[in-house]
Amino acid sequence: MAQPNALTTPPPGSDTHVGAHTEQPAPHKGAFPPFESHTFLSQLIWLALAFGLLYYLMDKVALPRIQAILHDRANRLSSDLDEAQRMKSEADAAGAAYEKSLADAQSKARDIAQETRNALAAEAETKRKALEADLNQKLAASEATIRQRTGEAMGNVREIAGETASAIVERLTGQAPDQASLDRALDRAATAH
Amino acid sequence: MAVSVDPIHQFELQPLVSLGHIGNQQIAFTQSALYMFAAVGVIALLTIVATSGRSIVPSRMQSLAEIFYEFIADTLHQATGDEGKRFLPLVFSLFMFVLILNLFGMIPYAFAVTSHLIITFGLAALVIGVVIGYGVMKHGSHFFGLFVPSGVPKPLLAILVPIEIISFVSRPISLSVRLFANILAGHIAMKIFAFFVAALLSAGAWSVLSPLPLALTIALTALEFLVAALQAYVFATLTAIYLNDALHPGH
Repeated sequence: MAQPNALTTPPPGSDTHVGAHTEQPAPHKGAFPPFESHTFLSQLIWLALAFGLLYYLMDKVALPRIQAILHDRANRLSSDLDEAQRMKSEADAAGAAYEKSLADAQSKARDIAQETRNALAAEAETKRKALEADLNQKLAASEATIRQRTGEAMGNVREIAGETASAIVERLTGQAPDQASLDRALDRAATAH
Repeated sequence: MAVSVDPIHQFELQPLVSLGHIGNQQIAFTQSALYMFAAVGVIALLTIVATSGRSIVPSRMQSLAEIFYEFIADTLHQATGDEGKRFLPLVFSLFMFVLILNLFGMIPYAFAVTSHLIITFGLAALVIGVVIGYGVMKHGSHFFGLFVPSGVPKPLLAILVPIEIISFVSRPISLSVRLFANILAGHIAMKIFAFFVAALLSAGAWSVLSPLPLALTIALTALEFLVAALQAYVFATLTAIYLNDALHPGH
């Protein structure tokens, strides 16, 4: 070993050496420091004072304060959670109300659209009917006019045919047929048709 | 190159202020007392100053204080149930005191207060004193039922009761010696292995071996940090278990 004499030769030390940790071999009196009983009372006194002070501080100040902090935090957390739960249910209710009003608005819009469609259809129908009636009326009037004109024309035909027949007969026979035989012949021809 | 090779030197008390004698007792304010008050100061700083903000969202130091609080409160609650709450200041103070003193001892050149048996014995005696005092106050003579296992035939009691008493009496001894011996042995081992580094370095060719004790010293230092925290925890846990006997005597 490098310094074989350090352990075995304690220097002539005084009872109360005041060196801090130096790099010199320590002056100790051979007794093992933890078992030097003449220091026990002193150590116990300082231990009692220090630990008593510590206990007093912990008991009166530190632990009640930390306990209060933890308690407050737990309260705060649970109240915040409750608040969050309440807000969430409020938000859910608002969401449901929104959905409902949306659905209402949609069905209302559908109703209005349907109504409008119906109204428009009805209006178109009446217009169409009016137009049809008008047209039918005009058609009927036209037909009546045509029938009248046809009748008139047919009347004229008989007259023309009579005149023509009387002219033909006069040319062939040299004498004009009397009106009565002419009418008869015309009637026969008309019925033969 | 002069190196302090005396691994015992670190445990010597250095009187800072000598206050005289009582009988053969030397009364002095030593560095040990200074370290104890420094520990009280550090603990107060951690648990009182750091929590003065009382913030809902804690600062780092307040968070540390809360972690220590909850750790000890949980340990105590597991050992003693709800009635043990009144001992929280005691167990918390013991844990913090031992922990900080052990950790102080890990600072190079610092003094390890818990390496003195009288200190650890003083704390252990306080614990056992509280156990006996509170047990007798709360349960009267029924407290001594602690020494009489129930459901055991009478003849066996003659053997078992002395065993129980011996086991109870040895509690303060084991509690104090465990802490003292762990800290003492750890510090001696660190000192010796650290000395080997220096000794090998000044031993010529042997100096190539010096990294070996250096690695060991580093590993031991890490281990000693673990021991420092673990012994404080063990002390607090055993205190809680012994207090449980005062609260619920009888097997």
